[in-house]
Amino acid sequence: MKKNWSVYLLGATLLVGLVLPLATGASPVGFYIEVLLGGLMTGVLYSLVALGFALIFKASGVFNFAQGAMVLFAALAVARLAEAMPLWVAIVLATGIMVVLAWLIERLVLRPLVNQEGVALLMATLGVTYFLDGFGQTVWGSDIYKIDLGIAKEPVMILERLFEGGILVNKEDFVAALVAAALVAGLVLFFQKTATGRALRAVADDHQAAQSVGIPLNRIWVIIWAVAGFVALVAGVIWGSQLGVQFSLSQVALKALPVVILGGFTSIAGAIVGGLIIGVGEKMAEVFLGPVLVKAFDLAGGGIENWFAYVLALLFLLVRPEGLFGEKHIDRV
Amino acid sequence: MLYRENGQFKSSYAADQQMLPILQDRLFMAGLLAFAFVVVPLVASDYLFLSLINPFLILALAAIGLNLLVGYCGQISIGHAAFMAVGAYAAYNLALRVPQLNFLVVLVLAGLIAAAVGILFGIPSLRIKGLYLAVATLAAQFFMDWLFARVKWFTNYSPSGSVSTAPIEMLGWTADTPARKYLLLLGILVVFTLVAKNLVRSHIGRAWMAMRDMDVAAEVIGIRPVYAKLTAFALSAFYCGIAGALWGFVHLGSWEPLAFNLNLSLNLLFMIIIGGMGSLLGSYFGAAFIVALPIILDQIPLWLGIPISTATASHLSFMIFGGLIVFFLIVEPHGLARLWSIGKEKLRLWPFPH
Amino acid sequence: MAAAAQPQGRPIGEVILAVEDVSLAFGGVRALSHVSFDVREHEVRAIIGPNGAGKSSMLNVINGVYHPQQGTIRYLGQEFHDMDPHEVAVSGIARTFQNLALFKGMSVLDNIMSGRNLKMRSNLLLQAIRIGPALREEIAHREVVEEIIDFLEIQAYRKTPVGTLPYGLQKRVDLARALAMEPRVLLLDEPMAGMNLEEKQDMCRFILDANEHFGTTIVLIEHDMSVVMDISDRVVVLDYGKKIGDGTPDEVRANQAVVDAYLGVSH
Repeated sequence: MKKNWSVYLLGATLLVGLVLPLATGASPVGFYIEVLLGGLMTGVLYSLVALGFALIFKASGVFNFAQGAMVLFAALAVARLAEAMPLWVAIVLATGIMVVLAWLIERLVLRPLVNQEGVALLMATLGVTYFLDGFGQTVWGSDIYKIDLGIAKEPVMILERLFEGGILVNKEDFVAALVAAALVAGLVLFFQKTATGRALRAVADDHQAAQSVGIPLNRIWVIIWAVAGFVALVAGVIWGSQLGVQFSLSQVALKALPVVILGGFTSIAGAIVGGLIIGVGEKMAEVFLGPVLVKAFDLAGGGIENWFAYVLALLFLLVRPEGLFGEKHIDRV
Repeated sequence: MLYRENGQFKSSYAADQQMLPILQDRLFMAGLLAFAFVVVPLVASDYLFLSLINPFLILALAAIGLNLLVGYCGQISIGHAAFMAVGAYAAYNLALRVPQLNFLVVLVLAGLIAAAVGILFGIPSLRIKGLYLAVATLAAQFFMDWLFARVKWFTNYSPSGSVSTAPIEMLGWTADTPARKYLLLLGILVVFTLVAKNLVRSHIGRAWMAMRDMDVAAEVIGIRPVYAKLTAFALSAFYCGIAGALWGFVHLGSWEPLAFNLNLSLNLLFMIIIGGMGSLLGSYFGAAFIVALPIILDQIPLWLGIPISTATASHLSFMIFGGLIVFFLIVEPHGLARLWSIGKEKLRLWPFPH
Repeated sequence: MAAAAQPQGRPIGEVILAVEDVSLAFGGVRALSHVSFDVREHEVRAIIGPNGAGKSSMLNVINGVYHPQQGTIRYLGQEFHDMDPHEVAVSGIARTFQNLALFKGMSVLDNIMSGRNLKMRSNLLLQAIRIGPALREEIAHREVVEEIIDFLEIQAYRKTPVGTLPYGLQKRVDLARALAMEPRVLLLDEPMAGMNLEEKQDMCRFILDANEHFGTTIVLIEHDMSVVMDISDRVVVLDYGKKIGDGTPDEVRANQAVVDAYLGVSH
């Protein structure tokens, strides 16, 4: 494969960048690990959102730009409902709402557009995002709401004997990581071990072949969207409890784009790995690369986080467009 | 029967290829231009200029730019406001550091700088398409956001990050009233629309459309994909750069880096989806729609006597935008421009049913 | 299938295009194996064979759309195996597609005009102004295109969007666009697929006229054996990516391997 060297070059550069702050001693080890962990935690959150993307794309070839808006909507629903009822009831109710919402999106927006190319679908889901944005805020209000999972918010100092000063970690982050892992495990089991899961994988591989063995395409798509809705809910609850539920949550969806590009649009594993890489890369770039650039170019502050993920995705697109785990696409004329 | 072409035979290819081959269209256009240049400045109010007409003119220009790339050449871009930003900051710096330059020269130079940046960010399009290209254009958007916010030279070391401009002055004539600004914008828009129309009818336009419709076949008939795509990016960025400069100088007066953010990019995209991709007229329709909608939404509660808070109005406009995007994509992917030409077809038959 | 006898046009000249030991594979699938044949100027060369024999792939290799893992194409003295399609087009090889590759968003006239793109020279600035050299160039090329439109008898459909035309007419537009490039070699991929008898007769007439009047060398893939026998000078037979026959139509018809693989015997 003649593209090999550029992939390795990119990978090598990233690795060097990752290790540099430690190697040059520019940062104390404890702090470095904190940043690393912080990046991993953010990465987990990105992965959750990207999971929703990957699921839908895998099964139907549709790029659901509206995933972020769905996350926000779900989070808003939970936050507001929880004001009137116990949290777990709110979550159940919100799950129901999300599943219905997902079904509606599939029915009203995507089914009619089934024959158009990806770009039209992208723009349609963009439209859905705008709609959900406005609708969500009309229905649930536009203040910042809180989701209280009942987990202590104070960070905890661990490993004080190993690293000087110890490492500050958040209990909530651990819970988030655990939940994400449980979700992924559940999804993997679902896809590999159940008949429905097999049907979903068949549909993802080849729509027509799946139909010809009697798999009801439309029902499968509804299931996929429902699952994506549920994933959006989980992501929404976790994000919401961390950051508070606010408008900028839908911007999170945009960040998930580079994640699926790195990971490969159709890969669950890719969504996880991609999310972690982006999370870590972003944090590292902001904390370590940022000050270097500010000094070198006399910049007004950091903000590297805002574009790092996208530029990284762009580079990946140029050297390895199918992502780390995606499938190569051969065009036959 | 008013709109029939009976008796209007073309006896030369030049006549057949005119922009407005039908006489009634030519008369209409002449009337429209006369109205726009002579009547409007005399009757329209300042408020109308500032809130509706002037932004419409500038955004129509930007929409034409985006349409060249997306509608005619088929390359997606959801970060096009970045090129408007380049144009605006380039114009600002040129006007600041080389004050002797005539403003029109500044505009063209700013456009050329934006075009160069456009070519740079168009390079990924040589390897990737569709959704992937969309993400690459997002990279452009966010990177530019950051660049103009952080690299202090661009804002002339302004402590707040904002820049402001003086009213435009050319050859002794100052564009200081809304009506004068309007005339300046109108003149620029007419010229650039003409240029766009010429390009689209010419072999570069056909090359773009061929790349959009079937790029493998386009290559096979001898069209160079690199040239076609990069010229589309360059011209599109040129138009948007000039629009950006006008937006900053004429409409906003002063702006902060986030004036050209993702929201604006998405608005531009919505303009051409609703207005009609691959149609210059559609760019106008789309721009008019997007500019007018928030204002209409604000006014409706007053007319109906129902009070709606500004926040709700803004949420409603989001919902309506989103709903309309989906609606147009499903029902009429060619947008308002197609509805317009269907209307014209009906008019040709009127008053007969068929 | 009453068609003209052997074309009377120009005498068949020297070898203009030669395929030399070309092999092409996609992943594990071998599309072409060590195929070699040549094409002489002004002749009509047919490529026949069962479905999946690699005929379209062969044209794609000549065109530059596929790059063979092995072997070269020799054209007008140059050798190449990894040229880009547009370079091949500029050097004088044009192509139609089995499944049509028209630009659905454009009219018939614009589609054919796009075939003239490689000959149009005015730069962006001139095009932007249009009045002057660019307009003159447009009109000059329009005149050439109108000749082709007359030649293929599609005048009535000039301004129609191609997507709305019936299949047979779309195929004619495809041919017109290729002819607009003024190619020396024209590769036709099943130009008569899906046509009825009348349409086939028309298409044969157009192909032969192009060969006679413009001197275009024709390489065509075709399944209708009567067409092949009537209009081609020489035939290449492919089967499973290998060449199993090469010669005049009569020679090929008598070739046992070809009969076994493809033609069959009449009972």
